[in-house]
Amino acid sequence: MIERTPLLNIMTHLILLSGLILMLFPMYLVFVAASLTLKEVSAIPPHILPGDQLWVNVEAAWVKAKFGEKFLNTFIVAFGVVVGKITLACITAFGIVFFNHRLRMPIFWCVFITLMLPLEVRIVPTYAVAANALQPFQVLMDVTGLTWLIGMVSGVEVALEWNLLNSYTGLIMPLVATATGTFLYRQFFLTIPDELVEASKMDGAGPVRFLCQILVPLSVTNIAALATIMFVYSWNQYLWPLLVVTDQSYGMVAVELGRLVPKITATGGEVAKWNIAMAGTLIVMIPPILVVIFMQRWFVRGLINTDK
Amino acid sequence: MAHITIQNVRKSYAKTEVVHGVSLEVQSGEFVVILGPSGCGKSTLLRMIAGLESITGGEISIAGKVVNDLEPHERGCAMVFQNYALYPHMTVADNIGYGLKVAGLPRAERVAKVAAVAASVGLTEFLDRRPGQLSGGQRQRVAMARAIVREPAVFLFDEPLSNLDAKLRVQMRHEIRRIHNQISATSVFVTHDQAEGMTLADRLVVMNKGVIEQVGTPEEIYHAPASVYVGGFIGSPAMNFLGGMVAPRQTCVALEDGSRIEIPQALATAHAGRLVQIGLRPEALSLVSAGMGAFDATFDFVEELGPARLYHFRFEDLMIAVLSADKPPVQVGQPMGLKIAPEAVHLFAADTGKRLEAPQKAVQAVMA
Amino acid sequence: MRRAYFKNNWVSALMVAPQLLIIFIFFYWPTSQAMYWAFTLEQPWGGGNTWVGFDNFRDILSDSLYWYSIQVSVVYALGSTVLAVGMAIILAVFVDRQMRGFKAYKIGLIWPYAIAAPAVGLAFRFIFNPTAGIMLYVNHVFPGVWDPSTSGNDAMIMVIVAGAWKQVAYNFIFFLAGLQSIPRSLLEAGAIDGARALRRMRDIQLPLLAPTFFFVLVINITDSFTDSFGIVDTMTGGGPARATNLMVFKIFNDGFQGLDYSGAAAQSIILMFLVVALTFVQFRYIERKVHYT
Repeated sequence: MIERTPLLNIMTHLILLSGLILMLFPMYLVFVAASLTLKEVSAIPPHILPGDQLWVNVEAAWVKAKFGEKFLNTFIVAFGVVVGKITLACITAFGIVFFNHRLRMPIFWCVFITLMLPLEVRIVPTYAVAANALQPFQVLMDVTGLTWLIGMVSGVEVALEWNLLNSYTGLIMPLVATATGTFLYRQFFLTIPDELVEASKMDGAGPVRFLCQILVPLSVTNIAALATIMFVYSWNQYLWPLLVVTDQSYGMVAVELGRLVPKITATGGEVAKWNIAMAGTLIVMIPPILVVIFMQRWFVRGLINTDK
Repeated sequence: MAHITIQNVRKSYAKTEVVHGVSLEVQSGEFVVILGPSGCGKSTLLRMIAGLESITGGEISIAGKVVNDLEPHERGCAMVFQNYALYPHMTVADNIGYGLKVAGLPRAERVAKVAAVAASVGLTEFLDRRPGQLSGGQRQRVAMARAIVREPAVFLFDEPLSNLDAKLRVQMRHEIRRIHNQISATSVFVTHDQAEGMTLADRLVVMNKGVIEQVGTPEEIYHAPASVYVGGFIGSPAMNFLGGMVAPRQTCVALEDGSRIEIPQALATAHAGRLVQIGLRPEALSLVSAGMGAFDATFDFVEELGPARLYHFRFEDLMIAVLSADKPPVQVGQPMGLKIAPEAVHLFAADTGKRLEAPQKAVQAVMA
Repeated sequence: MRRAYFKNNWVSALMVAPQLLIIFIFFYWPTSQAMYWAFTLEQPWGGGNTWVGFDNFRDILSDSLYWYSIQVSVVYALGSTVLAVGMAIILAVFVDRQMRGFKAYKIGLIWPYAIAAPAVGLAFRFIFNPTAGIMLYVNHVFPGVWDPSTSGNDAMIMVIVAGAWKQVAYNFIFFLAGLQSIPRSLLEAGAIDGARALRRMRDIQLPLLAPTFFFVLVINITDSFTDSFGIVDTMTGGGPARATNLMVFKIFNDGFQGLDYSGAAAQSIILMFLVVALTFVQFRYIERKVHYT
């Protein structure tokens, strides 16, 4: 379009540039801090240009927080969440969309309601469950008298217990338990034309074959989008790992970051080593940032489709 | 009403040139149709007139003023878009009146004008509805009303009928022409449908791959297509093409199998020995017994059109179509003779595809 | 209306069973447990829980600290939402003009989404730290003007800025997508009708962005109640003097530090209702506003 709006164009660039600076400046400061020595970090006036201590600090942070171990754990958890979420979402949506039975809508609503309450709101009871994942079944058995019955018949006292604390399963499961991906898959499956299903029936394919050989290949972009979001989401998990893990060999990176600097509420007079903390922050930020930048197109798609 | 001058206009996107030095004059009050297939540059040209695309080279003037650097609303044009581009969140009345509102017209005047235009296109009862509640044809009319109400000097149409079903399309064609006559605007209409172009245009501009192949009235273009491309594009059913060579002494064109098609003497002499593409319109060909016509072809299948039949023949490795209202009965595989009057034969140079004329009769009188 | 289905119902049962099982164990059961705890009180010397009806709720709702926490949460929600949504929409509208450098701006404004809450918390805590960096300089020039460890307002400002900063990228993505789904021909028609760029923004782009706007608004508000834990925990620990004791943080504190499970459960229930109500509003409102085309 031919438009002579020199003033507006200048304003546009000004606004965008200042917006960009506002957004990037904090991270720039983090970067600078990560490259200074402890003394330089607390100097007046503050250093605006980066120093030369970047790798020294990074190494120090890596060692201090044992990031090697944490990275591994976080990768494992992220991987588990990604795979788990995608698989579950895919098969559940499949079960809801391509079969016609009375329970279809109730099941859909059951799953859908989980969207309304993110983990943070139900941490207390979810933690209790993690302590003993089989507790619901135990309670059911107690309430229905089954335990008593079994006890009477065989003399065995049934006490179900499965402790999920300090385990990968405990870290992964609750993160997988919401409906985000299922919703995305359902919307996608609803766009599959009837003719495709009918054609494959004529070709003699059963539902499982249809799922594996036709639906899954078609949903590759969905998978990419969901995988990107889920990776970032699980990589950045803070509250849940904080609760569920007391044995630090299972620690996750975001939590570890919190430990790099003593809490404001902490007593003990430890001096905050900001330069090291900022270096640690940089380290933790890198994988999800890389994922977001390289998978930008899928990521944006996925975000818009899951949340709408 | 305004005169439009397009002088040597080029358009490039990055390194690719899509419109190559196009020149055209549109007279005041004329209805010009720019016709061509997808990708030929016709929409780009239209958008350059509107100011929606920048002009890489050359000049466009409207009403004598060079408009290259003028913004769309400064040019005095109104445009009807292919997908109507109606504002979905505004009522029909607001849609029509939006341009007037932006121009600062007081409310009372605006409402009056909108009502008048709505009445002229039959939209009065829809003024309070939203576009989403209207049918395709109704939306089309809203788009047109929006353009009309601004009383523009130039009306631009970007394939406005291609989203309508066949019957509605024909109806709307007449609407558009009627409105054009009523308002005496200068109209530039872009389409890929040759029938639409032929029925609507005062003058037709046939474009292909970024250049203008021919400009003329529909009659001129039908009777004397300037190139193989135009010949094949205009007219339905499409023109048949055969390869051959002009044989001067026999006043004919010789086909590969030795058959001869007679052509006017002057034409034969002027282009003796030349390799040519011969254009034969299906409606100009007639069927006679084998051996009695210019050349023979084998019957393959027939299309029943109602008032006539379209016979498809095989000749060497080509298909030739013949339109016949007489409907002679033919058997599959039966050879028939195809006959054509010499004056009805179109010749085009085999290398350039351009029309070949006899020099003195440069513009032959139009067939009655 | 879909008409093509598969017959095997036991296959379908198998397909939905895993997810149903997981959400039962990790969602519905905990939620019902929360209900149970909220209405009971654990015996001090073990032996199960006794039913106390609404007592826990009464205790909480009469606790001025709880109300203070609600107030703090609301301030945070409003502050961070206005900042985040405002900035994002302005940036999105101008990026949508697709001037030169548009791709760079787009990436530059999207990647902050990838940063974890504690990372944001730490970064801003550093930046706003009165004893290091920029703020040290400010305090040097205007002594004592800034100290989040003693001034509740300063702490709140810090937390709001951090929370808003984190949300801008997310909002920006949605707003930009919403703007780019507006057909270009609408803007061209507007241009031909005489509307210049700012006028088009006002008359065409912003009204058509309204559904996205309300959606993002509600999501921001909801998220500010739930997502804020990481930021508060790493920045202020709820202080000073509970000035930033957001509801979700208080639940964590009471439950896991204070070991008051019943109280924490009751608070969780209240928070759950709040979030559900907000989500409901979102769905209701979007339904009504959304259908133009």
